[in-house]
Amino acid sequence: MLSSLNNYFASNEAALKLRATRQEVIASNIANADTPGYKARDFDFGEAFGKALDAQKGIKQGMSLARTDDRHLSAKTGGALEADLLYRNDVQPSIDGNTVDMNIEMSNFTDNAIRYQASLTFMQKRIEGMRAALQSQ
Amino acid sequence: MSLFRVFDIAGSAMTAQSIRLNATASNMANAESATSSTGQPYRAKQVVFAATQLNANQPQAVGVQVAAVSEDQAPPRLVYDPKNPLADGNGYIAMPNVNVVEEMTNMISASRSYQTNADMMNTAKTLLQRTLQLGQA
Repeated sequence: MLSSLNNYFASNEAALKLRATRQEVIASNIANADTPGYKARDFDFGEAFGKALDAQKGIKQGMSLARTDDRHLSAKTGGALEADLLYRNDVQPSIDGNTVDMNIEMSNFTDNAIRYQASLTFMQKRIEGMRAALQSQ
Repeated sequence: MSLFRVFDIAGSAMTAQSIRLNATASNMANAESATSSTGQPYRAKQVVFAATQLNANQPQAVGVQVAAVSEDQAPPRLVYDPKNPLADGNGYIAMPNVNVVEEMTNMISASRSYQTNADMMNTAKTLLQRTLQLGQA
């Protein structure tokens, strides 16, 4: 029973964690808007979320060591919620090598904050639905 | 909880920008200081930013630190003023190499960056407050 409750909220939890990580990445970009040579970074939320869901379903990701015995250690190549950080293509390259475009970063930051709140609302409604189902009428 | 690190990132950027603002204030205040404790005219101070990883295990959280405060090596501005006691044999005095227009643009850029980072902290605070309210009816 408890494990099915856990599964019920697992996808919301993964979405919230990835949104929080992305918020952090974009915050780093905005903080380093005046740092010479800094390259703006981001990751593909959809891809990372798909990977996180696959990991929850037990689908193997990436490379793993071949195990010929149950007592062998399985070498992990990364956590389940690890996003692949990429570098942003620069629109207006600046002379000091910085690739942060404030317009792009601010719109992404706001967009991500709104989507984080949307994920929170979805989770809130799921909790309310579960609570209604559990209550005796 | 990765959203808390947004505070660290924005905080490091705000510290760096306030140091930049301080340097600008020193430069503006000393724009006419023809001599100093070293006997030389004042030299404009410039702040150099560098990106710094806040946690070795988390490549996504990148803050800002002040790598160095360098002195502008441009030659001093020569002003003809033979009545000044600091004037050389030809009647010129060496004035600081502070470019007031440059300093003003630096000041505006620093204060705008400071504001953006403060806004970023506010957004992170709102998101965290909403997360803390999750599950409450």
